[in-house]
Amino acid sequence: MAVLKRLRYRIGVFFAVLGPGFITAVVDNDAGGIFTYSQAGARWGYLPLWTLLPITVLLIVTQEMCSRMGAVTGKGLSDLIREEFGLRTTFFVMAALVGANLTNVMANFAGVASSLELFEVSRYISVPLAAAGVFMLIVKGTYARIEKIFLVACALYVAYIISGFMVRPDWGEALFNSVRPVLLIDPEYITMLIGMVGTSVAPWMQFYLQAAVVEKGITAREYAESRIEVIVGCIVMTIIAFFIVVACAGAIWSESPRNINDATDAALALRPFGRYAFLLFCAGLLNASLFAACILPLSTAYTVCEGLGFPSGVNHRYRDARFFYNLIGFLVIVGAGVILIPGFPLVKMILLSQVLNGMLLPLVLIFMVLLVNKKELLKEWVNPGWYNVVAWVAVVVMIGLTLALLGITLRELRAG
Amino acid sequence: MAENILYLTELVGLKVRDRRGRTIGRIRDAALVPLIDPARVDRFLVGGGWAWLTIRHEHVETISLDGLRLREEILTPYHEDEYTLRVVRDLLDQQIIDAQGRKVVRVTDITFEIRPAGGHDELYILEVDIGLRSVFRRLLQGVLPPRWIRRLQAPIPPNSIPWQFCNIVEPDPQRRLRLNITNELLEKMHPADLADIVEALGPEEREAIIASIDSEVAAEALSEVEPEIQTSILEALEPEKAAEIVEEMAPDEAADLLGELEEEKTEQIFEEMETEPKAEVRELLEFAEDTAGGLMDTRFVALHESATVADAFAALRGNEELLETLNTLFLIDGEERLVGAVPLGRLFVASASTPLKELAAPTTISVPVSERQPQIVELFDKYNLLTLPVVDEEGKLEGVITADDIISVLRER
Repeated sequence: MAVLKRLRYRIGVFFAVLGPGFITAVVDNDAGGIFTYSQAGARWGYLPLWTLLPITVLLIVTQEMCSRMGAVTGKGLSDLIREEFGLRTTFFVMAALVGANLTNVMANFAGVASSLELFEVSRYISVPLAAAGVFMLIVKGTYARIEKIFLVACALYVAYIISGFMVRPDWGEALFNSVRPVLLIDPEYITMLIGMVGTSVAPWMQFYLQAAVVEKGITAREYAESRIEVIVGCIVMTIIAFFIVVACAGAIWSESPRNINDATDAALALRPFGRYAFLLFCAGLLNASLFAACILPLSTAYTVCEGLGFPSGVNHRYRDARFFYNLIGFLVIVGAGVILIPGFPLVKMILLSQVLNGMLLPLVLIFMVLLVNKKELLKEWVNPGWYNVVAWVAVVVMIGLTLALLGITLRELRAG
Repeated sequence: MAENILYLTELVGLKVRDRRGRTIGRIRDAALVPLIDPARVDRFLVGGGWAWLTIRHEHVETISLDGLRLREEILTPYHEDEYTLRVVRDLLDQQIIDAQGRKVVRVTDITFEIRPAGGHDELYILEVDIGLRSVFRRLLQGVLPPRWIRRLQAPIPPNSIPWQFCNIVEPDPQRRLRLNITNELLEKMHPADLADIVEALGPEEREAIIASIDSEVAAEALSEVEPEIQTSILEALEPEKAAEIVEEMAPDEAADLLGELEEEKTEQIFEEMETEPKAEVRELLEFAEDTAGGLMDTRFVALHESATVADAFAALRGNEELLETLNTLFLIDGEERLVGAVPLGRLFVASASTPLKELAAPTTISVPVSERQPQIVELFDKYNLLTLPVVDEEGKLEGVITADDIISVLRER
C-alpha cells in the first residue's frame, strides 16, 4: 500500500517536471536536423543508424549536467558563466550564440516556407503568417501555457514514426545496422557521420534546458525525476531520428541511393508510398520548423539578458524588459525576412551557422564541465569521478567531431 | 565628467606609486570592512611580483585616474580576512537586491567617489552600475584608455543603484554577521515585492533570506510565493524556524502549504508549533484542498445575535491583527450557528446602541465545508460577494472564504 502510494507520488512528480528536458531534446530535431537525417538515409541507407546509440549517450551526458546545474543552483548557464568567468567572456559567448541562433531561425523559417510550398502555399503568405504567430505566442503567453503548447508540438513528432512505417522499410536490416558500427574511408561518409553528431548537440540547447529547468522551479529534491525526464527525452529524440533515417532509406536509398537538396525533397520521394506518408512527413517538417522558430528566439533572448544582467521574461511588460523583447523581435523579423528576399544565399548562411555553432560548442562544453565540478556551486551534486571521465570523453569527442565538421564546412564555404 | 568619480573598471589595474614615484604594482581588488564603515574602501589589494599586498586606506595620499600615490609605505602581505567584503571577488558579476527598484540585479561595475579627508584621499562606494553603459565600460576595459571610454560612454544613459539601497545576498549566516548585512531594507518592502525577489534568486539564497528575516514578514512574503517554491523553501528550513513562520501565516494558507510537504516534514513542523495555531491548521488539513473547508480561513469575527454596534467595536478592538482585510462581521446564536452577516461599513452610520441584527444583510448566503470549488466561485460571481461564510453540518460557523482566495483559485486554472 505504502509502496503504491510512493509510486503514485513519483509518477505525479515526473509529470509535474515533464517539460524542459523533453522539449529540448525533441526540438533538437528541427528543420536542419531533419534534413541531416533524411540525407543520411537517402544517400547511405541503413548504414548510419549505428551512430544514433553513441549520439544518445552524448546527448544524455550533456543534457543531464545542464539540468542538474539548473536544479541545484537555481541559475541559468549564462548566469553561471558570468559569475565564474566574467563579463567579457560571457559577452563573446552571447554574441556568437546570437549569430548562430539567428541563422538557425532562418533555417527553420525556410523549413516552414518549403514545407508549405509543397501544398501550393506561397512563402510570401506562409512566412509572414508564421512569424506573426510565433511572435504573438511568445509575447502573449505565460511560460506555463507556452510549455503546454510545446508539449503538444512534441507529440506531433509521432508523424515521423507513422510515415516510417508506411514506407515498409527492411526492419531486419535497420535493426541489425543500429548495433553494427561501420566505418567507411570515404570523405562523404565521414562528413555525414560528423554532421549527424553535430546537429544533435547544439550550444543553444544547453542554455535553453538549464534556463527552462530554473524557470520551472525544479529543485534538487525533484531532480531524480527531472533526470529521468531528460533521459526519456533524449531517447525519444533518437527514436524520431531513427524513423526519419529509416523512412528515407526505404523510400529513396532502396530505389537508388542519391543526395537530396532539402527535407522537402525527401517528402516528395515518399509520395509513391501513399498520400499520407507524404503528408505526414511534410506536417512533421512544418511542426518541427515552427516549433524551433518559437523556441530559438525565446531561448536566445533569455540567455543573453541573463548573461548581461538585463531584465528578461515574458511576464514582464515591454517597457520593463525592452532589450529582451527587442532581441526576440529582431530574431523573428530578420530570421523570417531573409527568406522572402529573392536570391538570398540561405545555404551559405546555414553553413555559417554550423561554423559558429562549431566554434561555440567546445567552449560551452568546457565551461559546463568546469562549472559542474565546482563544489561551492553544486555541493554534493558535483560530478562523481567516473562521471567526469565520461563527461570529458564526451566533450573531447564532441570537440574533435565539431572541429572536423568546422574544417569541412569552411572548405565548402571557400569552394562555394 | 566629474573628476572625483572613479569606476571599478578604472580602479582595477591602476598603478600604485610610492613616495618617490616608483611603481610598486597594480591594484587587483579593493576591500570594505562593513562593520567599520559600510561604504569606505578600507584596503587596497595590490598585485606586485609574486604575492598580493595590502595597503590600508590611511596610508594613501592621492587617488586619481593616473594612479594611487602612497604617503606611508606600509604594505603587508595579503591574507584572507572574514570581515572584509572584496568588491571584485564578492560583488562584481554577482547578484544583489535593489531594494529601491525591488528587483534582483547583477553588478556590472561600481562607481566610487574620491573624497578628500584630512589631507588625503579616501574612496567611497557611491553606486552599483547595472545598465548598458557599464557593460560598455567592461568590454572596453584595458582596450582603450579610461579617459576615452568616459567620453565615448556619454551618449549611453546610465543605470545605477545608490549603494545604500543595495542588499547583498549572502547565504552563510556567519559571514552575514561579520559583514554586517542586515535585511532591514527587505523587511520594509511590500511582501509581494519581496516574494518576487525571493522567486528570482537561487534556492540557497532564497532559503537564507526567508530564514534570516523577521518571521512575520517571512510569512507574508512566503504566502505570495509560487506554491512549488514555497514548499521547497519550507522543506529546507529548520523545523523550528518553519514552525515560527507557519504560525504567522493565515491558517488556511498554512494548511495548504503543509499539505504539500512530505508527511515527515509536516510532523516535524507541527511538533515545534504552539498548541492553538497547530490545532486550527491540523483541522484544516483534514479538508480536501478543492472544497470550501480547504479554502476557508478560520480567523473571523463573530458576535452573538443580540450584540449591538458598541459590542462590535469592542470585538474589533480585540482582533486588531485581522482589521487589514476584514469586511464582514458574523452573527451567531447560542449554539454557534450562523444567523446573519453585517457588512463592516454599516457600523459607521449606525448609533452605538443599534442591535447588529437590524444591520444584517437580508439574506445570509453560506456553504457547507464540503462544497466544491467551482460552485463556490459561481456564488462569488453571482452574488458579487466579498466574503462567504462556511458552516458545518449543524450550521455552525467554521470559517470564511474571501475574494482573494477566489482570485488565487481562478489564477491557478
